[in-house]
Amino acid sequence: MDELLREYLPILIFLGLAIGLGLVFLIAAAVLAVSRPDPEKNSAYECGFNAFDDARMKFDVRFYLVSILFIIFDLEVAFLFPWAVSFAEIGDFGYWSMMVFLGVLTIGFIYEWRKGALEWE
Amino acid sequence: MTAAEVLPVLAFYLFSGVAVTSGLMVVVARNPVRSVLWLILAFFSAAGLFVLLGAEFLAMLLLIVYVGAVMVLFLFVVMMLDVDFAELRQGMSEYLPLGATIGLVLLVQILFGVGAWFASESAPTLRVQPAPSDVQNTAALGNVLYDDYAYLFQASGLILLVAMIGAIVLTLREREGVKKQSIVGQMHRTREESIAVVDVKPGQGIN
Repeated sequence: MDELLREYLPILIFLGLAIGLGLVFLIAAAVLAVSRPDPEKNSAYECGFNAFDDARMKFDVRFYLVSILFIIFDLEVAFLFPWAVSFAEIGDFGYWSMMVFLGVLTIGFIYEWRKGALEWE
Repeated sequence: MTAAEVLPVLAFYLFSGVAVTSGLMVVVARNPVRSVLWLILAFFSAAGLFVLLGAEFLAMLLLIVYVGAVMVLFLFVVMMLDVDFAELRQGMSEYLPLGATIGLVLLVQILFGVGAWFASESAPTLRVQPAPSDVQNTAALGNVLYDDYAYLFQASGLILLVAMIGAIVLTLREREGVKKQSIVGQMHRTREESIAVVDVKPGQGIN
């Protein structure tokens, strides 16, 4: 096993433990717990009165806007990681290359701010 | 075989098995929301496979971008569509030929890729070329991305800008009659324009 994978061994062990523990809880709940279902217990409880409608209603499109703006800045940050790691190697050109990239996205950010896309009315 | 040799192989079969199973469940799951959750599991195991290949940065990127952001977007899209789940289920056999054809095309492409790795003329030289062990793979990406591939890097920035503006243009709607706080307006209020002393006669009130 090479050095890189050895560093990831604790994560693998942690993953195994998490899966194992999750399965233990699920199986224990299925086997040991008392289960006497009736329609009243299984029905949705909404502060004492009957549920108004189905939980699977349509979402507002604004959630989508927030989410896609989040993805874009997520990707911007993803580009920053290798840049920071090899900062000493890439010299002035690499530095200004990233500054132009950030500048372009800042234009988008200013546009977004001025249009009020970040506001939740 | 020692444990050090067995573990990576074991992890490979675990991750690839989970990836294939959850990929299948994405297709056959009846509820689209569950499909999205299975897709998240598929991405997780793909990230594990990337780590086994030594591509740490790609693995972390898969987790941050795909699991963290793209899947949230998928969930929103699924919930926005207001799909009729019972109706969706019926199309399975109808779309099967088309889906199978696309799957077959992808399989042939993968086979061509693997075949080229064994059959092409440049493959033997590529295979004996050692991967540099003294440089981490995040640094290896960073060393070339920002100067050798600067144009592509800037192009990706422009694509992100277009995506941002496009999303705003397409989905942002001004709503009528929404009360908003205007901080500048609040600060420029004066006492004279907002307060008045009214002499009220007893028993009459203000009109």
